[in-house]
Amino acid sequence: MPIPVAELEADLQAAFPDAKITIEDLAGDGDHYRARIVSTAFAGLPRVRQHQLVYAALKGKMGGALHALALETSAPA
Amino acid sequence: MTAAAETSAVHEFIAKTIADHPVTLFMKGTPDQPGCGFSAVVVQILDHLGAEFVGVNVLQSDDLRQGVKAYSDWPTIPQLYVKGEFVGGCDIVREMFQSGELKTLLNEQGLLPA
Repeated sequence: MPIPVAELEADLQAAFPDAKITIEDLAGDGDHYRARIVSTAFAGLPRVRQHQLVYAALKGKMGGALHALALETSAPA
Repeated sequence: MTAAAETSAVHEFIAKTIADHPVTLFMKGTPDQPGCGFSAVVVQILDHLGAEFVGVNVLQSDDLRQGVKAYSDWPTIPQLYVKGEFVGGCDIVREMFQSGELKTLLNEQGLLPA
C-alpha cells in the first residue's frame, strides 16, 4: 500500500519543524523510501530513540501502509 | 485465552528468549533461509563477525510478529537484541557494523571468538 512522497514529507516536517529532510523513492513504487533527516530533536539521543521518534511521527504507517523506510537521522553538526 | 493473556504470554516468551540468549535476532525466516532482504542483511553481518546468535522466526506466529513490535516499540522486523538490550533494526545494525561499533559492542560483551 504505497503512500505519496508528499504525505511522508508532510508528516515528517510537521513532527520536526526545524528538520532538513531528504526523501528518495528507492524502488519507484511509493513503498520503499530512504529518508535522511537532520534535526535538533535528535541531539544526544541514541539511534534507536531517534528512529522511534520518526516512527511515532508517521503514526503507525511504518510497518503497515509503508513497507520500507531506510532511515538516516542525525543532529545538525 | 483472552487477548490480554495472549499478549502477556508472548511478552513473557520474548523476555525469556532475550534473557536466555546473549544475541537474539527476531527475523522473517530462519538464519539458513531468511524470508526478507532486511533480515538477510543482519544475518550476513552477524555471520561475518562470527557472532553466535539465535534466530527467532516471527513468521511462525502472528501473535509473536505483532508482540515483538509492541515489546520493542519498533514497527519493523528484523530486530536485534544483545544481552537483553534492543540494539536496532536493519539500518542501525548496518550503520553500526560499518562504523565498527557493532564489533566493539559484541567484543565488550565477550560474544566474539577471540
